[in-house]
Amino acid sequence: MKITDRIDRVDVAEKISGKARYIEDVEFENLHYGRTLRSKIAKGKIKCIKYPELPENLWIVDANDTYINQVKMIMDDMPVFADGYVNYKGEPIALIVGKDKNKIISFMKNISVEYEEEDAVFEMGGEENVLTSQEYSKGDIENLDYDEVFEKTYTTGYQEQLYMEKQGLVGDYAEGKITIYGSMQCPYYIKNALIHSTGLADHDIRVIQTETGGAFGGKEEFPSLMACQVAVASMRVGAPVRLIFDRREDIVYSSKRHPSITRVKTYLKDNRIAGMEFDFQIDAGPYLGLSDVVLQRGILSLTGCYLIENLIVKGRTYKTNNIFTGAFRGFGAPQTLFALEQHMNQLAHHLGYDPIEFRRPYFVKRGDLSSTSGIYNENIRLDEMADRLVEMAGYNELKEKMGNYRGIGLSFIPHGGGFTGDGEAEHIKSVVKLVKDVNGSVSILVSSVEMGQGAKTALSKIVASVLEIDIDRIIYDNPDTFYVPDSGPTVASRTTMVVGGLLYKAAMKLKDKMELNEKVEIVEHYKQPEYVKWDQENLRGNAYMSYSWSAVLAVVEIDPLTLEIACKDIFAVYDVGMPIDERAFIGQVHGGIAQGLGYAMLEVMTSKEGLVEQNSFSSYTVPTIVDMPRMHTDWILNPYEEGPYGAKAAGELTLVGVAPAIASAVENALNVEIRDLPVTSEKLLKELLI
Amino acid sequence: MIVEFKLNGEDVKVETGLAMRLLDVIRNDFKLTGTKEGCAEGECGACIVFLDGMIVNSCMVPMNNVIGREVVTIEGFSKTDRYKIIEKAFMEEGAVQCGFCTPGMMMATEGLLRLGIALTEENIKEGLSGNICRCTGYQAIYRAVRKLSQEAVLND
Repeated sequence: MKITDRIDRVDVAEKISGKARYIEDVEFENLHYGRTLRSKIAKGKIKCIKYPELPENLWIVDANDTYINQVKMIMDDMPVFADGYVNYKGEPIALIVGKDKNKIISFMKNISVEYEEEDAVFEMGGEENVLTSQEYSKGDIENLDYDEVFEKTYTTGYQEQLYMEKQGLVGDYAEGKITIYGSMQCPYYIKNALIHSTGLADHDIRVIQTETGGAFGGKEEFPSLMACQVAVASMRVGAPVRLIFDRREDIVYSSKRHPSITRVKTYLKDNRIAGMEFDFQIDAGPYLGLSDVVLQRGILSLTGCYLIENLIVKGRTYKTNNIFTGAFRGFGAPQTLFALEQHMNQLAHHLGYDPIEFRRPYFVKRGDLSSTSGIYNENIRLDEMADRLVEMAGYNELKEKMGNYRGIGLSFIPHGGGFTGDGEAEHIKSVVKLVKDVNGSVSILVSSVEMGQGAKTALSKIVASVLEIDIDRIIYDNPDTFYVPDSGPTVASRTTMVVGGLLYKAAMKLKDKMELNEKVEIVEHYKQPEYVKWDQENLRGNAYMSYSWSAVLAVVEIDPLTLEIACKDIFAVYDVGMPIDERAFIGQVHGGIAQGLGYAMLEVMTSKEGLVEQNSFSSYTVPTIVDMPRMHTDWILNPYEEGPYGAKAAGELTLVGVAPAIASAVENALNVEIRDLPVTSEKLLKELLI
Repeated sequence: MIVEFKLNGEDVKVETGLAMRLLDVIRNDFKLTGTKEGCAEGECGACIVFLDGMIVNSCMVPMNNVIGREVVTIEGFSKTDRYKIIEKAFMEEGAVQCGFCTPGMMMATEGLLRLGIALTEENIKEGLSGNICRCTGYQAIYRAVRKLSQEAVLND
């Protein structure tokens, strides 16, 4: 086949017919169920736990069952089970395990936990609560020549991934070996966490991904916690133990997108930006998890598509006793780029410029020095994308028709593909393997998972196209760490670009050996492109090896009585290098727009004294088909030399630009200033009343 | 107690409680796992089945309401010719990503087609508004159904 061929998704028939097996659909012999005993307070000592008399065939699994009571992430500060002390409402204290669900529930009703409550922290702030901080600068902001300062603060709330399939894993311990099955993005993150918390040897731990019904970052680090729990539970009970959250549990206690505060200060000279200062703060919850990495992507995205000569950027993660926050599509950038893009829109308005024309002089191009003083190494065609957007939307005519409860808004967004800086080379060190069997079939062996985004189709297509064989000859099973090397986690929009790039190289090597009447194995290791220079200590150099770009325009109409917002149209132009599969790419675009629209105007998630207040589909409202705007999308072809067939990152980019575009459209319609997400009619009513 | 009903064309009996959810009975007792639990409160449509030919969220149906009636799940529906027509449209338009909402979306689509009403934009959107999909942004699903309105339904 050729890369340009239009093919159906490789997994489509199984999914349509309901034959695809998600973890809840898989049968296990002698299956036991786990249910989590959770903290009822946000912070304090556990004085004692009074369990009723333990009936036969019921187990209490807790910190005593772990080898090391830590979930291995970056700081290893999160316990597998709270041990004598709790740091948030809902923190797992124990798993109650048994074969009979009703028995578990009635046992749990009679457990009483006595706490010695301490003062909890629910707001960001206070030096003593700073968990981590990072900063960088460029140019000389101290000795800046300016004549005006424009300063605003932007805030965003929680967002829940709301993957349709809830979190779920099974641990199965037998004959000295543990196997974990379930819904996940990162089989090797789980494996590494298990080595740490179970004390088992590397070769006695096996992780197998089952069909994964959506993830969006929510199944990046969080399943490691659950995996440690079901692993030690299964080791204790001697039978497979399944932990599947119910929906309320999943919404309230699994990781969320970080709430944020971003202060943006612009120094102007003759109506031009002379320098900018940013201060970005996120609520990490009680444990660091991946929050410092989220912080980093957030601050490294902060100058967006613009060349800013003088700059200071600071970021902090705060420790609170709110819910644990973590990975979610965009990973810090939706927060910082909402702040930046709204700031740019407000600056343009303040100075009396058209928002597109205001931006153009600052658009970065090849050879420019990035915010972290790395050199942009690729062709950047933001002007052309802006032209395309103007033409596609009929921008100049559209603009004339706005005001009086109709508005248009804009955003221009970069997204760095893959891990930050030299992370791919220093931390991930991807390995992929291709195996040609004697029968001529070719197996793709990677730890990258299919979670809906189309990884199986895209990667199979790359290999089949290089080898010029039918896609039917490609085998790509769900990853099983017994067989697949560590190609890295399925995150950071890296799968097509980085893993696909390695598979492309492996397939090129295999091509000459396809005719051999024997089994052939090709292993390919990641090598950092030579132009990437990165100093992690000082956050200096090429923050990302390549960038994808989007230009988004939103049209909104607002009900004059209720101030209910309807997003009528989204026009968008993308640069993702070369899409490997156009239909899959458009699927990412539309899905990203939907999730971005939810983030912009529908998905209100608040926390009261550490407990999330929206705990169901009826109280946490994500877009339905009736909420969707008309979506007019296009892309430019701008092949990236290191990417397979020129492909760059696509998955996360599509979400990021939607919220600032919608927010600025609401500004345009009502002549109010939007500095907080999501924008809802309730908030607008309040704003307009004052 | 024993509840008798018709499941995917066959007469079946099951020992269960009258307050048990139809969703659990078809998944656990009959091992028909194509019907999914998404929200467990009738909001997301992942568990849609036909009850006497009408679509229902099976998480909201107690077994008491199933006695003597006919249930068709995605497993039963997938054996029909109409299924194949909808399947083709879903495949061609790229209406599937993670797949978890898909069986329910297929059932909702068939439920909409069965109404025999004009498949205007408004009717399609209303017909699918009880099904949450977090991956596709609905556009491909909408296009698939729109396509059906031109091909299958009007000829039916």
